[in-house]
Amino acid sequence: MTRPTAETRAEALRAMVLVRRFEERCAQLYQETKIHGFLHLYVGEEAVAAGTMPALDPADNVVGTYREHGHALLRGVPAGAVMAEMFGRVDGCSGGRGGSMHLFDTARHFYGGNAIVGGGLPLAVGLALADRMKDRPAITACFFGEGAVAEGEFHESMNLAALWNLPVLFCCENNLYAMGTALDRSEANTDLSLRAASYGMPAWPVDGMDVEAVAATAERAVAYVRNSGGPAFLEFRTYRFRAHSMYDPELYRDKSEVATWRGRDPIDLLVERMVEAGQADPDVRAQVEAEVDAEIDAAVEFAEASPLEDPDELLTHVYADVSADGGT
Amino acid sequence: MSTMTGRTAMRAAMQAALQADERVFLMGEDVGRYGGCFAVSTGLLDEFGPDRIRDTPLSESAFVGAGIGAAMGGMRPIVEIMTANFSLLALDQIVNNAATLRHMSAGQCGVPLVIRTTTGGGRQLAAQHSHSFDGWYAHIPGIKVVAPGTIADFRWMLGPALADPDPVIVFEHGGLYGVEGDVPDTDPEVPLDRAVVRRPGTDLTIITFGGTLPTCLSAAETLATDGIDAEVIDLRSLRPLDDATIMDSVARTHRAIVVDEGWRSVGLSGEVSARIVEQVFYELDAPVGRVATAEVPLPYPRHLEQAALPSVDGVVEAARAAVQGDVARMAIPGRR
Repeated sequence: MTRPTAETRAEALRAMVLVRRFEERCAQLYQETKIHGFLHLYVGEEAVAAGTMPALDPADNVVGTYREHGHALLRGVPAGAVMAEMFGRVDGCSGGRGGSMHLFDTARHFYGGNAIVGGGLPLAVGLALADRMKDRPAITACFFGEGAVAEGEFHESMNLAALWNLPVLFCCENNLYAMGTALDRSEANTDLSLRAASYGMPAWPVDGMDVEAVAATAERAVAYVRNSGGPAFLEFRTYRFRAHSMYDPELYRDKSEVATWRGRDPIDLLVERMVEAGQADPDVRAQVEAEVDAEIDAAVEFAEASPLEDPDELLTHVYADVSADGGT
Repeated sequence: MSTMTGRTAMRAAMQAALQADERVFLMGEDVGRYGGCFAVSTGLLDEFGPDRIRDTPLSESAFVGAGIGAAMGGMRPIVEIMTANFSLLALDQIVNNAATLRHMSAGQCGVPLVIRTTTGGGRQLAAQHSHSFDGWYAHIPGIKVVAPGTIADFRWMLGPALADPDPVIVFEHGGLYGVEGDVPDTDPEVPLDRAVVRRPGTDLTIITFGGTLPTCLSAAETLATDGIDAEVIDLRSLRPLDDATIMDSVARTHRAIVVDEGWRSVGLSGEVSARIVEQVFYELDAPVGRVATAEVPLPYPRHLEQAALPSVDGVVEAARAAVQGDVARMAIPGRR
């Protein structure tokens, strides 16, 4: 495993702070009615994407969920294109068609943005199958929440990936709540790694609030998948600090529970470690925030300046050939 | 010209596609060692091997979704779903993913996938293996829906479906697998979005597709003995619908009935009928008639199943009522 250096720590810190500040800005823009629809923020879970994405190659595929802003940003999708997507503008990474829940950037092998829980897993299996059949060395990282474990598509996909020995890294972001339903209220057996292992693939639980633990485990798992060609499962034990979406009054969990988890803020944990090691000043977080805020300001500006799509274009991309709709 | 059955014609189509394009592969339940539930893919495993003829677990959602993912990844999968009823287990992948990905990603994610599935009744397979959901799927923008009604189309529709950059669902009526028909030896280049006049006529247009095409052609022969010259249109494509061919015919015959093995209520026959009324209302000399399956889950006993499905007699009766302008007889809700 690569040992964390001052440089890798600084990169991880910047990644997490970028996502945190981006999400906080999204919440603010939502209040200002610049962003509409469902908006699911990744605040608290940043270490998962920040630790995992650096382990992937540019040719690897990423399949995300509807809580995927952070994954898109850290996969390299420009913040302006992500923000313009939230604004529903043509310069959004999905042309403004998808919004918050459907970020796509195939040039970066970023395949959504999938808002049906569990629905992205079969796609990941298929992307990996294509790579296998075309003899490409890529792997597919598929992110999903622990709520997906209750879906049949989870089990069907885990089985198929293991049966056909396909290079899929299943990345389960266990934030303990499927919307408002706690894991122990929906699963008879809450040990998700144990259940994944029953499909005959290695499964590693990892502290999802510790970006260095995530990075180390992700690196090991990616190497395993790439070398063996077969699937592996990572369970990131993490927590969502904010509401499920902007409509969630959070009746299902105690404020004290949220406060306890906030005490393990992944950004603070890393900053403490850096300061202790003499790798950063105590005010490093504020410095990085100022840097990323400038980037986010530019992204908002870019999104504001981007035009809305002409309604005459409504039917384009339903089919490859726009005339194919036949007036239906 | 060769003589084939629906089964051997589709097998020849897959064989040719697999030979011509290494991106093409077949996956589904029992398509390999078993040879296909309806023996359509028999022998393909021996010729192409297990990498390209993939037996899947009974996981419709996963293997249809994997087909979508593989299509996005540059392959040209043929996914076989054993029956249309089983396709409902993959509805999430078909409707929420295959149909949406291109539009939702502003054109980045094309899904050049072909789903083949067996549809229709008449084989005493009862209420969970016999239903016709082609009209349901035709409701969904983003996918294309085709249904071969002749053995020639069983042979020659798959190629254009595989060449299409968008997801195409092919509904193969199980009753046609064993039926023999003439098949051209060279590709007639079937257009995926056009209907075709199978029998020209002057007095009435009968619009149908798939498994009820032979029914309607038989009915047309019976009607001819009565002096009624019926034109029979094979839709071939349910999405998109070829309005031009339908309207051109109805504008000439001034009368139309729609024959669909789906249920009548909120179904494809209603859609076609509405389009005729919208587009050529003033050409009509009678209301548009409909013949559809009785509004029941298809029962097992042969006599009840036959009573439920569109029949030659039912089509003949509906056609006569249309020609006579007998609105009371045309509007019988239980008509089949």
